[in-house]
Amino acid sequence: MEYTVIFLPLIGAIIGYLGGSLIKYFSEIVTSLLVSISAVLSILLFWNGIQNNTYGNYKIFEWISSGNFIANWSINIDPLSSIMLVVVTFVSALVHIYSIGYMSHDPHKPRFMSYLSLFTFSMLVLVVSDNFLQLFFGWEGVGLCSYLLIGFWYKKESANNAAIKAFIVNRVGDFGLAIGIFLIFFYFGTINFKEVFDLAPQFLEKNIVFLGFESSLITLICLFLFIGAMGKSAQFLLHTWLPDAMEGPTPVSALIHAATMVTAGVFLVVRCSPLFEYSQTALNLVTIVGMITAIFAASVALVQNDIKKIVAYSTCSQLGYMFFAAGVGAYHVAMFHLFTHAFFKALLFLGSGSIIHAFKDEQDIRNMGGVRKKLPYTYIFMLIGTLALTGFPFLSGFYSKDAIIEFAYLRNSTLGNYAATIGIFTAFLTSIYSWRLIFKTFHGPYNNKKVLINETHESPIIMLAPLLFLSIGAIFAGYYFKETFIGHHSNDFWQASIFFLNEIKHDPIPSWFLLLTPILVTIAIPISFYYFVTNIKILEDFKKTNLPLYNFLLNKWFIDELYEQIFIKPAKKMGSFFWKKCDQGIIDRFGPDGISKLIKKISNKASLFQTGFIYDYAFAMLIGLSILLTYLILN
Amino acid sequence: MIEIGLGHYLSLGAIIFFLGTIGIFLNRKNVIVILMSIELILLAVNINLISFSIFSGDIVGQIFTMLILTVAAAEAAIGLAIIVIYYRNKGSIRVEDIHGMKG
Repeated sequence: MEYTVIFLPLIGAIIGYLGGSLIKYFSEIVTSLLVSISAVLSILLFWNGIQNNTYGNYKIFEWISSGNFIANWSINIDPLSSIMLVVVTFVSALVHIYSIGYMSHDPHKPRFMSYLSLFTFSMLVLVVSDNFLQLFFGWEGVGLCSYLLIGFWYKKESANNAAIKAFIVNRVGDFGLAIGIFLIFFYFGTINFKEVFDLAPQFLEKNIVFLGFESSLITLICLFLFIGAMGKSAQFLLHTWLPDAMEGPTPVSALIHAATMVTAGVFLVVRCSPLFEYSQTALNLVTIVGMITAIFAASVALVQNDIKKIVAYSTCSQLGYMFFAAGVGAYHVAMFHLFTHAFFKALLFLGSGSIIHAFKDEQDIRNMGGVRKKLPYTYIFMLIGTLALTGFPFLSGFYSKDAIIEFAYLRNSTLGNYAATIGIFTAFLTSIYSWRLIFKTFHGPYNNKKVLINETHESPIIMLAPLLFLSIGAIFAGYYFKETFIGHHSNDFWQASIFFLNEIKHDPIPSWFLLLTPILVTIAIPISFYYFVTNIKILEDFKKTNLPLYNFLLNKWFIDELYEQIFIKPAKKMGSFFWKKCDQGIIDRFGPDGISKLIKKISNKASLFQTGFIYDYAFAMLIGLSILLTYLILN
Repeated sequence: MIEIGLGHYLSLGAIIFFLGTIGIFLNRKNVIVILMSIELILLAVNINLISFSIFSGDIVGQIFTMLILTVAAAEAAIGLAIIVIYYRNKGSIRVEDIHGMKG
């Protein structure tokens, strides 16, 4: 069963791609069916794991075996990976089905479906690996698929640019991850998770000199691993690719850039909890970066106008939550939020896709509005997604997000308290921007000039059905799995897959603190309704009086511009210097070009000997013969 | 009377050979002249062969000469044929005009 779960998507990708042109709907049906089977099986696996503790390591085959160093292709099923399996395959299956409807007018459906399946396979390889090497393989595999899918509409220049940007920014992170793995291999001599984690306590005192700085080995490793995680999970400073990645088709955004790939970084940190636990420095950094990302992305999301970018920044912000949860040592809560987030964020993305579909590829929320009667189902699903995201009481986001804030508070450290404060504030911002999206899209006057309101239409059933499943998850996943994941006996569930050095105690929390977040997110609803629907003027005036602030947020804190100045322009300059001066000016001039020019010159001279007159040749022969003879005679 | 010895014969051969080569180099008019010069060179060689054959009492040289004569005749025939064809194509067999191999 374990093997089937992993390899069905791969088979689907291959068959779907090759057989796509044979029969209509062939690739759609094959890929969706195989991934769905895989999803059902992984839910079974997950269930079996909880009930019967059927975890284990299933070897596929030996990959590298060199002396003591062994790395296998294997399927490692433990609580952590079984959760990821469920998230990945479940969301992926729904996205596959949704894509049948969403991409129905696209001529390249087989390619699209095949990429989706290939992505699913890479992600599964990533989460079930039992060593860093296979993890890295999956890591790069999902990066590649992300690149291919962002640039799926390759005729759009912006899509190509976004794809390249995503790939390059990820490369920065992957470089860090690779260095982290090198360090682990160099000092530990192994890259299998279990052995590395067992060895970790022996290296606590070890300091190494890196780039002239002496620092603790474990901290260094954790920092580099975290850089990898930052790249993949779009954390602050390496987040710039995620909003641009929205150039890809919406199902891709839902699958890759909301539910699965971007959570790989969180997964990595949680997976490496036995390492991170030993390095307070690294954990603090994780917390700080998570905090900054959460509030940064939420603040930017407040003013964005592209519906998908709002949701993208929201994803970024929620990933920040997960990271600071992991940073304060609440790995299980981070995983819980990852789990619930996958449902409601995929729901929001697919819902946005449905809206975009209804408006015939319009993404600007300023050009929408007042369509809640025309798109009743989408409206309901989006409402559910928004409520779940904002942490409205008793929906899934409520349990996970509040748990993050509570655990940050329970950590009882300065940083933890900061994190809790920022968490609460960000939750409020989240609520505001999410409701802004809803109100601007579904309420108020109808603003689209290109498409008449009568032309907007509800999406077909094949797109609504996945939304239904996801909204069920968004409503109930939190309540139902709360006890299992983060309850008092959650250690029975997590077993050895998460390591706590000093576990956060479940102390009683003051009730005002518990009530604060739900109250804030609830009162955010009427507030945003007032500002975004009934009385738009106030905000317009506010925007005018605080134009610098507005522009600062609208331009995403000018980080792209900053990178343009710091990295891109110097890189371009350096590139053109090396190209013009070094390559063309020196290497080409004296190398290939110079030599070929010289040879041409010489051979031009030499060819003058070939007069074409026969007597010249004969004369040359005679001279030659005479010289030869003279030489022989003289000798 | 001067005794005519090997030296005289070889001198004759050398002179004819020299005339042949000079004929090739100095000739700027006609390809046929070059052919004739080559015949002269071959004849010079024949003279050498025969002289040595006679003076050393070895018949092989003379047999070889017959062979060379035959080959020379064949060669002359082929050469003339080429020249005829060439003339037909280019309309000239002047040596100055024949430099198709010029680099």
